[in-house]
Amino acid sequence: MPVNSSHYLFLSLLLFSIGIMGTLMRRNAIIIFMCIELMLNAVNLLLVSFSKQYGDADAQLFVFFIMVVAAAEVAVGLAIIVMMYRKVHSVDINILNRLKH
Amino acid sequence: MGSRPPDLAIRIFEQHMSQLVYLVPLFPLIGFLINGLLWNKMPKTLGGIIGSATILASFCVSLGIFFEVKSDAFHGPVIVTLFDFIQSGKISIPMAFQVDALSSLFLLIITGVGFLIHVYSTSYMHHDEGMVKYFAYLNLFVFSMLLLILGANYLVMFIGWEGVGLCSYLLIGFWFKNREYTNAAKKAFVMNRIGDLGFLIGMLLVLLNFGTLTYTDFFGQIAGGHAAPPSSIYTWITICFFIGATGKSAQIPLYTWLPDAMAGPTPVSALIHAATMVTAGIYMIARSNVLYSLSPFTLHIVAIIGLATAILAATIATVQYDIKKVLAYSTVSQLGFMFLALGVGAYTTAVFHVMTHAFFKALLFLGSGSVIHAMGGEQDIRKMGGLGKHMRITQATFFIGCLAISGIPGLSGFFSKDAILADAFAHDQVLYVLGVVAAMMTAFYMFRLYFLTFRGSFRGTEYQRHHLHESPAAMTIPLIVLAILSVVGGYVGVPEVLGGHNEIGKFLGSVVTNFGQHELEKNTEFMLMGISVGVSVLMIAVAYSVNRKPKFAESKGLAKVLENKWYVDELYEAAIVKPIEGLSRLLDRFVERMGIDGLVNGVGKTVRWGGDRLRLLQTGQVGFYIFVMVLGIVALFTLSFFWIK
Repeated sequence: MPVNSSHYLFLSLLLFSIGIMGTLMRRNAIIIFMCIELMLNAVNLLLVSFSKQYGDADAQLFVFFIMVVAAAEVAVGLAIIVMMYRKVHSVDINILNRLKH
Repeated sequence: MGSRPPDLAIRIFEQHMSQLVYLVPLFPLIGFLINGLLWNKMPKTLGGIIGSATILASFCVSLGIFFEVKSDAFHGPVIVTLFDFIQSGKISIPMAFQVDALSSLFLLIITGVGFLIHVYSTSYMHHDEGMVKYFAYLNLFVFSMLLLILGANYLVMFIGWEGVGLCSYLLIGFWFKNREYTNAAKKAFVMNRIGDLGFLIGMLLVLLNFGTLTYTDFFGQIAGGHAAPPSSIYTWITICFFIGATGKSAQIPLYTWLPDAMAGPTPVSALIHAATMVTAGIYMIARSNVLYSLSPFTLHIVAIIGLATAILAATIATVQYDIKKVLAYSTVSQLGFMFLALGVGAYTTAVFHVMTHAFFKALLFLGSGSVIHAMGGEQDIRKMGGLGKHMRITQATFFIGCLAISGIPGLSGFFSKDAILADAFAHDQVLYVLGVVAAMMTAFYMFRLYFLTFRGSFRGTEYQRHHLHESPAAMTIPLIVLAILSVVGGYVGVPEVLGGHNEIGKFLGSVVTNFGQHELEKNTEFMLMGISVGVSVLMIAVAYSVNRKPKFAESKGLAKVLENKWYVDELYEAAIVKPIEGLSRLLDRFVERMGIDGLVNGVGKTVRWGGDRLRLLQTGQVGFYIFVMVLGIVALFTLSFFWIK
């Protein structure tokens, strides 16, 4: 079976959906964080496959940007989670609701 | 050859005096600034000296200007432009002063009488802690009044016009701890504002129709007939100006502030509310004589209002018991006479009466101030009597003032009042008869005041009797000077029938052209003089016999109506003040509170209510936020999907 762009499309859709479902359903901050990364990479995959299909390198430029931004985001996000664990000894997002009161 | 150098120097100095006219208002302004800025640091005596000295300096410059204007070498008005005040498109209004016969005469009256009253004030106000502030206000007043007189266009006049109104307000309410006095000040200010609006509208009409406010331009245009607007515009402008004059010069219907203005210190009443400020309306109309002569209809109204005011105020004056109130109504009545003169087109006669009235009415007010001073603040003539024995100079000068205002031959009031009555006779006999009635009452109430105050036996308390004393020299000398002026002041306007040359009329003739004057026969004029002198003497006799043994019973009938000033204040209260108050309350309740407040508060309330509801969305659960975010993204995506299609 030849692999064409529709396969990539479905794969990225699948990855994205898994990301969304994980983000929505899990309470562990690290898992949610990983799911967000998954969504970003799903988009990256999509961009690269379209870039290949249309023979246009512009989309790949975006991919690099997203990777750089994602790396920065990981640094900040993990730092926040580490700080959070130090304060409350947990990474459950539902504990952090004190601003409501 | 021939002319000696000093002589030449004097001549050159005289010739160019009018170029220095800006000095005249500058001195009082400096005095105001010094006294006004340092009022709480300055010693009282120094404040008084500065205040008086600046006016004296102005008076000296005014004298120089007057003699230059009077000399034969003087031709036409001299206009001194200081700077451009408003320069916009075709409109050009400079800050400029105009020196001519009319303004130079008023300069002398204001600075001369003003100086005497300043000197008097140094003694009268000496016990008052706000004396320096008082002199600051007084100097500011003189400055504004001089602007009013000197302005070469209506705008400069208007600035002075507003300035004197402000100073009048400040000085009426000078003893501001007394609520009644501050109310009197407010009343004066509001009444004046009504008139000022008329003046302002008139000014804008002139600007709109003629494109200039400068006297020489404007009068040149309308006299030369270059501009030919519909003649009704003259009527409108003159009526608007006249409304302004009724406010400032206390004529019907805006006269009620002047009697209340007596709340201020007595020298203020003498300077502002008798000698100078209240004559501003007459000055304005005399200045605009070319304009008024084009509108006989307005002149008719001016004459009627003036006469009605003269009679109404005179009737009220006959029954008042407050020494200053009598003089205040007398002032209103005399101003009515001046407007009568203006109304019959005898502008120069009106100005003549302004001058003589300034002398004798300032004298009478200062005399009453001397009496009040001696009585320890008492103003009720029922509690006076027999004061003549204790204060000879005040009595004598007051007597001269009474004779002058009653029109006894030989004194200044005779010449000016008689000239007004003669002009009224020439215009319309009915005006004359009513004018004589008002003149009769003048003689009666003045001598009623004189007899009740200075003759008979003392009716005050024992304490006051011991306190009675003649005032110090700083107060009596101005009285004496003014008394002399009240006697001789009339000789500048002796009519030709009495062998005079009516010099003031000729002097003013270069600026002011009388309107529709008729020559009277010699015999008629003698007869008119005989009548007016006869009734005056008769009324003095009546006043003497009535007040020899004064009884102050509760008055009934007409006397009660008069004592309550024809209930005009009550009428205004019921007809104007109350309805406006009601309307304000209505507007307050429905427009202000329900409308505007409701709108403003409603916006706040709605936002708050909405915020209260939206707040519930913020649960604090991060999972929920993410869920809503995703929901939002999906919604946007769906929307854009269909949108693009």
